[in-house]
Amino acid sequence: MSEVRFGQAINRALADAMAADESVVLFGEDVAAPGGPFGVTRGLLDRFGAERVRDTPISEAAIVGAAVGAAMSGLKPVVEIMFMDFVTLSMDALVNQAAKARFMFGGQYALPMVVRLPHGGGINAGPQHSQCLEAWLAHVPGLKVVCPATVADAYALTRAAIADPDPVIVVENKSLYAVKGELPESMPNVTIGKADIARPGRDATIVTYGAMRDVSLAAASALAKDGIEAEVVDLRSLQPWDETAVLASLARTHRLVIAHEAVEAFGIGAEIAARMADIGFDELDGPIVRVGAPFMPVPFAKELEARYRPDATRIADAVRRTLA
Amino acid sequence: MTAADSVAPLDLLRTMRLIREAELRLAQLFADGEVPGFIHLSVGQEGVAAGVCAALGPADTLASNHRGHGHALAKGLDLERFFLEIMGKAEGMCKGRGGSMHVADAAVGMLGANGIVGAGLPIAVGSALAHQVKKSGAVAAVFFGDGALAEGVMHESFNLASIWRLPVLFVCENNGWSEFSPTARQLAATPTALAESHKIIARSIDGNDVIAVHDAARALVSEIRSAGGPRFLECRTTRVRGHFEGDPQKYRDAVDAARSEDDPIGRLERRLAADGVPAADIKSAERDAIARVDAAVARARAGAAPTFDAALRDVYANTEARP
Ligand SMILES: Cc1ncc(C[n+]2csc(CCOP(=O)(O)OP(=O)(O)O)c2C)c(N)n1
Ligand SMILES: [Mg+2]
Repeated sequence: MSEVRFGQAINRALADAMAADESVVLFGEDVAAPGGPFGVTRGLLDRFGAERVRDTPISEAAIVGAAVGAAMSGLKPVVEIMFMDFVTLSMDALVNQAAKARFMFGGQYALPMVVRLPHGGGINAGPQHSQCLEAWLAHVPGLKVVCPATVADAYALTRAAIADPDPVIVVENKSLYAVKGELPESMPNVTIGKADIARPGRDATIVTYGAMRDVSLAAASALAKDGIEAEVVDLRSLQPWDETAVLASLARTHRLVIAHEAVEAFGIGAEIAARMADIGFDELDGPIVRVGAPFMPVPFAKELEARYRPDATRIADAVRRTLA
Repeated sequence: MTAADSVAPLDLLRTMRLIREAELRLAQLFADGEVPGFIHLSVGQEGVAAGVCAALGPADTLASNHRGHGHALAKGLDLERFFLEIMGKAEGMCKGRGGSMHVADAAVGMLGANGIVGAGLPIAVGSALAHQVKKSGAVAAVFFGDGALAEGVMHESFNLASIWRLPVLFVCENNGWSEFSPTARQLAATPTALAESHKIIARSIDGNDVIAVHDAARALVSEIRSAGGPRFLECRTTRVRGHFEGDPQKYRDAVDAARSEDDPIGRLERRLAADGVPAADIKSAERDAIARVDAAVARARAGAAPTFDAALRDVYANTEARP
C-alpha cells in the first residue's frame, strides 16, 4: 500500500501497461517531453523512448484518427486530448470511425484504443476548458466510457481500459489529479461496468461518478447527522453502467438521487432515471431527483463557478426531497 | 530495399477488367433493386486502383473512401464476399452491416472504404505509425478524392505524417469533381502544392495510364521503404458516371462522360495489341472477369439475409446484446 496522487496512479497504470505490452504506445499534445499538461505522463518518455511516447502537433482530429488506424494495425494506442472540450475536434474519428469499426466491418477488426479526456471545472478555466461532455460519448454505440473517482480506480480503470479490445474513453476529473489516496501494491483486476458502493445506507441511494463521489460522500455525512443514511453508489463506468447494482441499491433504499457535475438536462442522470423508472418502478417510494449543473456554459469567475458546480448541500437537499 | 517487381501489364488489365465488370454489374443490380442504399462507381478510374495496389505487398495496409470498390478488389478482397456484402447478405465481408461504402478485409490489410470524406487519411497515418513502431517495413496507402483535400483533417494528416516521417503513400484520385461541383471551385491550390507545402515529395501523373500509375507508385513505395517518410501521388483521372448511381448529372455535359479515348482499359488494350500481345489473351481478361462476376453474383443472390441478433451482439467484443 502506498499513498499517491490520482494523477500519479494513472501514470503508474500507463507505465505498468507499457512495461507489460510492447504494443502500447502513447501520444498527444505535450505528453512526452513536457510530461503532460497535468503531469500525468511525466517520466514515460525517458523510460519507454521516443518511438512509443510521442508529442503530437495540435491536431485533435488526426490524433484520434491515427489512433484508429494504429489500433487496426496492431498497436494499443493511448492518446490524450488535453481538455475534454477539445474532443469536439476529434468527433469524426471517435463517433464515425472508432465506435463503428468492429460492427461495420463485421467483427474483422478489434479497436483496442484508449482516449484520455480530462473534464470538469473547479479550476476557473472558463467555458471552453471545463465541460463534462461524457453523456455525448456514452450515447454512441461502440464506445465505452469510464470515469474513475478514487486513486485505486484511477489505476485500475486505466489498466482495464488499455486491456479492453474496444475503444474506451477514460474521463479524468481535473480537480482530482492532486488528490491523494491509497494504491494497493497489487491491484485486483477491475471489470469495466461494475459499480462500487462507496458508502452503504438504508434510506436513500445517491448514484454518482467522478469528482461528485467525494461530494456525495460529504452529503451523506451531513445527512447522517440528521439520522438519514444515504447509500452512495459510484458508477465508475458510464457505458456500460451497472444497472444491476443501481437497481439492487434502489431495492434496499426505495429512494433515488443521481448526482453529476455535467449539465443536468439530457445527461447520464436522465438515462439512469428513465431506466429505474421503468425496471425499478415498484421499488420507488418517491420521485427520482437529479442533481447536475444548470443549463448554461461553465462560467469563469470564482463566485460563478462555485455556484455552478453541484455541492454537498444541493445533493443533501435532493435526498431530503425524495424522503419528503 | 529495391522496388517491388513490376506487375505484368496483362495482370493490370485483368485487375481493371475485374473492377469494371464488377461495377457494371453492380450498376445493373442497383437499377434492378438488388443492391440497397446507394453506390458510387469508379468506372474510368480503374487504372489508379490497379496500378497502385499492384505496387503494394500483402503486409501493406490500405485505407479508402466512398468510391472504394476498385481499391478493395485490387487489394485482393474476395469477389464473392464483396458481392455478398454489397447485396446485404450474412456472409458478406462485413456481414451485411456496412455495404458498398464500408467494404474491408483484414486478411489483405484493407482497412475499409469510408463514408466520411477525408476520414481515411488519419487512419492511414495511424496504420503507418504502427508499421513504423513495429519496424515491419510495411507501408500504409490511402486513396482519396480531390474533394477530400478541402477537409481540415488533410492538413493534420499531411503534417503529422511529414514530421514523424511515416511510411504512408497518399494517393489523390483527381477526377475533377466533388459530387456536383468542379474541383476548380473547391480548391485554391493544386493537390501537389498542398502536399509539397508539408514537405511531402509529390508527383502528378496521368491516372488513366495504368502503366504510368504502376511505375510511379512502385517508385514512391520503394522510396518510402528505403528513405522513409510519406509520398504523395496525384492521379488525374475521369469520373465517367455520375457521383452516385442514379445521379441525373444536370451539372455537366454528357460529352465529359464519354471520353472513351481516355478509358484506361481501352488504352492498355491498344498498347498491348501494338506490343504484339495476342488478341485472345487480351480478350480473355474480359471474358474471365465476366465469368468470375457471374459466379459471384449467383452465389451472392443465394446468400441468406443477416440476422438482427448477431448484429446486435457484435457492437462490442465479448458482450451480450443490451438495451
Ligand atoms: C465529411 C463528409 N462531407 C460530405 C460528404 C458527402 N460527399 C460524399 S462524396 C463527396 C464528394 C467527394 O469528392 P472527392 O473526394 O473528390 O471524391 P469523388 O466522389 O470525386 O471520388 C461528398 C461531398 C461526406 N460523405 N462526408
Ligand atoms: Mg473527385
